[in-house]
Amino acid sequence: MRHVISLLIENEAGALSRVSGLFSARAYNIESLTVAPTEDPSMSRMTIVSVGSDDIIEQITKQLNKLIEVVKVVDISEAAHIERELMLVKVRATGKDREEMKRMSDIFRGRIIDVTESTYVIELTGNTAKLDSFIEAIDPSLILETVRTGVCGIGRGDRVLKV
Amino acid sequence: MVLTGAEIVIRCLQEEKVEYVFGYPGGSVLFIYDELFKQDKVRHILVRHEQGAVHAADGYARSTEKVGVALVTSGPGVTNAVTGIATAYMDSIPMVIVSGQVPTAYIGQDAFQEVDTVGITRPCVKHNFLVKDVRDLAATIKKAFFLARSGRPGPVLVDIPKDISASKCEYAYPKAISMRSYNPVVKGHQGQIKKAVQLLLEARRPMIYTGGGVVLSDAADKLAKLVRQLGFPVTNTLMGLGGYPATDKQFVGMLGMHGTYEANMAMQHCDVLLAVGARFDDRVIGNPEHFAEVPRKIIHIDIDPSSISKRVKVDVPIVGHVPEVLDEIFRQVESIGERPEEKALKAWWKQIDEWRGKDCLKYDRKSRIIKPQYVVEKLYEVTKGEAFVCSDVGQHQMWAAQYYKFDKPRRWMNSGGLGTMGFGLPAAMGVQLAHPGAPVACVTGEGSIQMCIQELSTCKQYRLPVKIVLLNNGYLGMVRQWQQLFHGNRYAESYVDALPDFVRLAEAYGHVGMKVEKPGDVEGALKEAFKRKDDLVFMDFAIDPTENVYPMVQGGKGLTEMILSEEL
Repeated sequence: MRHVISLLIENEAGALSRVSGLFSARAYNIESLTVAPTEDPSMSRMTIVSVGSDDIIEQITKQLNKLIEVVKVVDISEAAHIERELMLVKVRATGKDREEMKRMSDIFRGRIIDVTESTYVIELTGNTAKLDSFIEAIDPSLILETVRTGVCGIGRGDRVLKV
Repeated sequence: MVLTGAEIVIRCLQEEKVEYVFGYPGGSVLFIYDELFKQDKVRHILVRHEQGAVHAADGYARSTEKVGVALVTSGPGVTNAVTGIATAYMDSIPMVIVSGQVPTAYIGQDAFQEVDTVGITRPCVKHNFLVKDVRDLAATIKKAFFLARSGRPGPVLVDIPKDISASKCEYAYPKAISMRSYNPVVKGHQGQIKKAVQLLLEARRPMIYTGGGVVLSDAADKLAKLVRQLGFPVTNTLMGLGGYPATDKQFVGMLGMHGTYEANMAMQHCDVLLAVGARFDDRVIGNPEHFAEVPRKIIHIDIDPSSISKRVKVDVPIVGHVPEVLDEIFRQVESIGERPEEKALKAWWKQIDEWRGKDCLKYDRKSRIIKPQYVVEKLYEVTKGEAFVCSDVGQHQMWAAQYYKFDKPRRWMNSGGLGTMGFGLPAAMGVQLAHPGAPVACVTGEGSIQMCIQELSTCKQYRLPVKIVLLNNGYLGMVRQWQQLFHGNRYAESYVDALPDFVRLAEAYGHVGMKVEKPGDVEGALKEAFKRKDDLVFMDFAIDPTENVYPMVQGGKGLTEMILSEEL
């Protein structure tokens, strides 16, 4: 099962390597990991997407909690939540493909944020599945480069991850 | 008061009431050594190898309730210490390791004796710090001691660049430390404890299984009270020996890979299992699927939530400090006023006594070659069970665990988790320093002792009268045993040719050496050795090279699929 784990961690040097080291040392799977400081600059928030059985996910959250610098851990995929990922795609945009790319970008509610005579850079946000389907929808031979941030997530409604 | 970083380190150690620092000097820690030199409150013990420093600090910590402290230099000083740190980490031993680092400006430039200490030690410490500002130093050391001894204990490393130990700042030792990210649970959940009490009172075939957590949290008295109140059988893990008196009739011996027949059978066939400060590791319960074949209700008390339901699913998890939780269970049982059904318990004990009747630790007492089991039994008799016993790793470790009856906690020091050969002698130094005048034995093999034999020199320098009991069979015995049983008698590299003359070696280091070759001489040699209160005596016992450790559960097999001694 795929899980989205959110955590707050002291914003200190080496904190990220404690988390990533834990995953590799215990052979847990990381699909994506994002991290940035929160509104309180002494703390960072991390979103980790991992795949594993319920037992493994339970161990992952316990092991994360055990790290001294980790303040709080929540598996936000246990309840209603929102996931978003940002992707930038550089595509070849010449001839009839130029118009087609613009259309596809519009359909997926993307934005073209860089334009040259032969290329576009399209900015797209959404959940992982949406970004995947955009990639599938366009002609693969036109894709020059893609970059994705990995998932960040937040619980719906009153559920809050805060100290 | 304005002090240098080095002065601050020493002040902090004094504030923490550190008696001994085990260490080895080098370039990056010279300022710290200079300050050590100028005072006499904290005593420094100069080892001969950094691994020895950390094991000695470890032995000191295991045999007391204090935090062990080691001091090493950067680069090779740290990498030599890693084995010791990992050993302490696996067994949850409270320890603070102070390491020197190259000056801040040199970090990352592949400077002389530079190594990424925080990176290398990260997976084998409870936590580590690189101090980048002298103003953080005192608080960091305070945190290190706090982390090392609280919650599930463990080693904490503080890496101090040389310029930090030289620069100055205003010093004040923080009185208390609070960390928003670290708040170990103390009290167990009331609802869970209630459920546990209910299960214990309804049990028909109960079993109590306790580990190192009971020893580390000084909960032996509380455990004994509860065990006697309930009348249940109790077993200890290798790390938990001494947590319950081994000579008590409710004790069924150690369990696990080399546990007793009765302990393993009772563990497998019980209907309610109370696990206390133990972690169901592979050497203890064997194959988890086989273990799960018999349904039983499991109550698990541990301070570390991640130890619960890691290898075995439990029914009633109780996260908390072991003595507090045991106390609460005792009180609730007392106030309910009920006891488990007597008839069922009697039948269960009858079954256990039947298993006991197998006498699984039987060995050939008439042998004309010295049997290792006999040496340990005699060691127990001669020291009246009062010795602090440190062991290395291998067959001798198992024989010591099986045949020395530990009635008190913190008397048995061994590397249970990591299985570090070379642990015994340096650990014994730390124990001897913590308990001057007390009998300290190091039970070892000719393989293990040579892994840290240089510490004989440290023992001479500080007059540490450790008694070394070398069970010499000429083989890396445990390896040989596995090769005999599981690799068709092909003894690949397990025979150690060209052993030194240990008697002369001991003498060369300035100690007393004894060679013992006949069973009839064993007791006399041990008596003579322990009579020499001021001397380190190195006893080289020539034991039966073919002797194996039984019972044995092969790796991956079920707990009750034991190989028993040919004597049975």
